[in-house]
Amino acid sequence: MEFLINLVLLLFLAAVTFAVIGVRNLFAVVILGGAYSFLMATLLIAMDAVDVGMTEAAVGAGVSTVLLLSALHLTNTEEAAARHSNVLPLALSLLTGAALIYGTWGLPDYGMADTAVNTYVGQQYLERSIPETTVPNVVTSVLASYRGYDTLGETTVIFTAGIGVLMLLRGRRPRKDKETSTGGDAT
Amino acid sequence: MEGFNEFAFVLGGVNHWITIFLIMAGFYIIVSRSNMIKKLVGLSIFQTSVYLLYVSPGKIIGGTAPIIVEGNPEQLYSNPLPHVLILTAIVVGVATLALGLALVVRINEAYGSIEEDEIYGEDWD
Repeated sequence: MEFLINLVLLLFLAAVTFAVIGVRNLFAVVILGGAYSFLMATLLIAMDAVDVGMTEAAVGAGVSTVLLLSALHLTNTEEAAARHSNVLPLALSLLTGAALIYGTWGLPDYGMADTAVNTYVGQQYLERSIPETTVPNVVTSVLASYRGYDTLGETTVIFTAGIGVLMLLRGRRPRKDKETSTGGDAT
Repeated sequence: MEGFNEFAFVLGGVNHWITIFLIMAGFYIIVSRSNMIKKLVGLSIFQTSVYLLYVSPGKIIGGTAPIIVEGNPEQLYSNPLPHVLILTAIVVGVATLALGLALVVRINEAYGSIEEDEIYGEDWD
């Protein structure tokens, strides 16, 4: 049953991706992107990554979609027709994809407990979390306690990005030639 | 049990293959499209698919979410470490997306277009 749910969600994801490639209206692309993130969140929860699933639903499907919609409001909602052929990008991605699929032959089976990924560090965290930190949710204890400096670095990245966005958008002025037609929000 | 193992192998394969397809589709959008907002959507599809590549090997069949249940020492849990790494990646991903979109808005103000082809044309004229 679990397999079937995974497979259906993965096929949905592939279908949404095809739609994103084909659709030219950017508003539709952004909404499809939100649907993609939400499907991804569901799939992550089906794979026991509940914390990641919730974050993806809130940040990926929520905040990212809002950011993209605000950017669309300030720019253009229609994609221009392609001017050059897509043969080279297609060949490049097919080639890279083939190499990656060849690489999957060396990977261990899905869902096994005795693989290298699942035996050493992850197992240690599961055993030590309660005695050392008394936090039952192991993801929380690793994020905030064992890897606290990692999270500090992450906060630094968000802070830097926030400063960058503020500096880029401060003192914005719409183009003179477009202002008459759109009546833009001059600041 | 033998049949079950075969099934698990094929499913693990399908899991990875569709993930790789999603990654490559994101890459294709980034390289082939000239519209910058579409490029950024492609970039976030690329990023989001990488989450699957990380979380999927940490899943253990018969396991549950890594929240310790007291008084049940036999319970299997999925690996928490990939989850933590991906939590960080999600938040960093949205930060880079916001920065990219701010750049697109500025480019639109400077050139009146978010199409890469038109902007290059304007620069060369």
